[in-house]
Amino acid sequence: MSVRRLAVEQPENFAFTPENLDWAKDQLKKYPQGREASAVLPLLWRAQEQCGGWLPEPALRYIADLLGMASIRVYENATFYTMFNLAPVGRYYVQLCGTTPCWLRGADALKDTCRKLIGEPGHVTQDGMFSWVEVECLGACVNAPMVQINKDYYEDLTPESLEQILVDLREGCKVMPGPQDGRHSSEPFGGPITLTDPVLYAQEPPSEPHANDVEFALVDEEAKKPGPAASQREAAVPKPSLRSSSGRRRK
Amino acid sequence: MLKDSDRIFKNLYGFHDWRLKAARARGAWNGTKAMIERGHEAIIEEVKASGLRGRGGAGFPTGLKWSFMPKQSDGRPSYLVINADESEPGTCKDRDIMRHDPHLLIEGALLAGFAMRAHVSYIYIRGEFIREREVLQAAIDEAYDTKLIGKNNINGWDFELYLHHGAGAYICGEETALLESLEGKKGMPRLKPPFPANVGLYGAPTTVNNVESIAVVPDILRRGATWFAALGKPNNTGTKLFCLSGHVNTPCNVEEEMGVPLRELIDRHAGGVRGGWDNLLAVIPGGSSVPCIPAGQCNDLPMDFDSLRDLKSGLGTAAVIVMDKSTDIIRAIARVSYFYKHESCGQCTPCREGTGWMWRVLERMAKGQAEKGEIDMLLHVSYQVEGHTICALGDAAAWPVQGLIRHFRHVIEERIDAQAAQPLSPTVPVAAE
Repeated sequence: MSVRRLAVEQPENFAFTPENLDWAKDQLKKYPQGREASAVLPLLWRAQEQCGGWLPEPALRYIADLLGMASIRVYENATFYTMFNLAPVGRYYVQLCGTTPCWLRGADALKDTCRKLIGEPGHVTQDGMFSWVEVECLGACVNAPMVQINKDYYEDLTPESLEQILVDLREGCKVMPGPQDGRHSSEPFGGPITLTDPVLYAQEPPSEPHANDVEFALVDEEAKKPGPAASQREAAVPKPSLRSSSGRRRK
Repeated sequence: MLKDSDRIFKNLYGFHDWRLKAARARGAWNGTKAMIERGHEAIIEEVKASGLRGRGGAGFPTGLKWSFMPKQSDGRPSYLVINADESEPGTCKDRDIMRHDPHLLIEGALLAGFAMRAHVSYIYIRGEFIREREVLQAAIDEAYDTKLIGKNNINGWDFELYLHHGAGAYICGEETALLESLEGKKGMPRLKPPFPANVGLYGAPTTVNNVESIAVVPDILRRGATWFAALGKPNNTGTKLFCLSGHVNTPCNVEEEMGVPLRELIDRHAGGVRGGWDNLLAVIPGGSSVPCIPAGQCNDLPMDFDSLRDLKSGLGTAAVIVMDKSTDIIRAIARVSYFYKHESCGQCTPCREGTGWMWRVLERMAKGQAEKGEIDMLLHVSYQVEGHTICALGDAAAWPVQGLIRHFRHVIEERIDAQAAQPLSPTVPVAAE
């Protein structure tokens, strides 16, 4: 457990933007009637994004009202779950994994880099650009050591590559998330030694999905039109393939 | 080495497209309707026959778990909840399934949901996996848009699949804590019984399965239980995703047969121990919760549930954390203890107080500032935590400490001696608080 308290200085009030309110109402449809409280984590998360990375107290009350919950039920969620920041953070919020698998591969050296460039954990730099904290396992252990900066994982770091990323972010240069040592994802360095049989990928997708499934073919026709729901959602960004990443910045 | 044709996760590394069209070319969603037409019981029997054991850590037989769900509804709906709250230190396999092969998971969810007569399923993904969540949501949208899931879908079983996310709490990987969290509460585990199959999400019958357990189901049904059961060893069948991290030359994820020798995993897939096999100090074979194994026991060690249990360790999530001889093993386990102290939900006193107590003592021991009698006291306290809490986090916090003392007591004693021998630095008794 860790002690987590609300910040002393708080804004007057909070309300979702109209877009976020629509999104929130859409979220409620996932859960049965009368179970609106289920949406509390996604809504708190959206509120935190809207507030620039932290959760002010009025937002907690606002969400409690929105979901018909007692305020204390939302407070206790906000203080229990450690991804909710109860005080302002930097525009680039660095979460550095310090748990054993990352520690074994040099997380302590990355901490020194963060101390040098940003300061003590929790401290926001003068220009508001950076703050960092040590967090527990982020689940990218075969790409250790790693940090998460806002939404993205930066993996296979060295103190030098982390420093370069922080400098690039400060100067507004483009940085490439993912492994920083030329790896594509979780394959061994130097390329995979499994899943190399080309037969696995030689098959064409079934031309008409489920060729003997007439029912499907009809429905699939309609489905090709993009539905409103699909186009509204956040599109996933595919990672560039290894082949095209040769131009990636390397130290 | 496992043949490529026997691998289930053909896009583990993401070199190929995760989208529906490419996933279909790799075999996903192939013949799903025919599998559903076999009926609820036939699917459960097939999964039972395959010998699949849950991939989330405990290794409970998956088919048996499904058979606990009610065959006839008493008016309450049934739910399938998929545990994607992957947070066990060392483990990063479900992440690759969700970002690189999400359609296997979605197809598996439909089949598992059908087998246990659930029309609604929730995937609870950990909050930090934001990009993974975006990919998985896009894949779910694809499945809805092509009527593979949803109401009146072409597979013939109405099925709603929702993606829900957490916000940074390891404890929510415990199934009842996950359900609490999904209901909008703090993630504090529930007392069992009643088990989730009777009273789970929203008080309705619920089964919670790991991502990997669900994602392998379509291939088991497509290729047959006999294919899966022929891989691995009796009672430890099939393939498994291993995460090889720590002091190895090329850390990686890899799918291998159950029972694969540890040395083959490390030497062939992870490029060997840093500095050679003789430089190995210890491994943690199944995520940070299981006791470590010293190098002497690693030579012919098959990686499966039963073999590791016999060594008083466990396969857990099959996350192998390798430590070479440069490792300060006390500090490594102290860091694990800090993890459990940080992640304890605070509900049960032995865990809330014990995790912090064990961490503080280990921190002193790492510096040698302890007395030898405290080693046994620490061991004793770890047994007071183990088995005296609502959920298994207390056990998980105690086991690494027990493993350390079982195999590396001499290291702790040497450090205490070295500290005591230093002039002008007497061992100052420090309160555990």
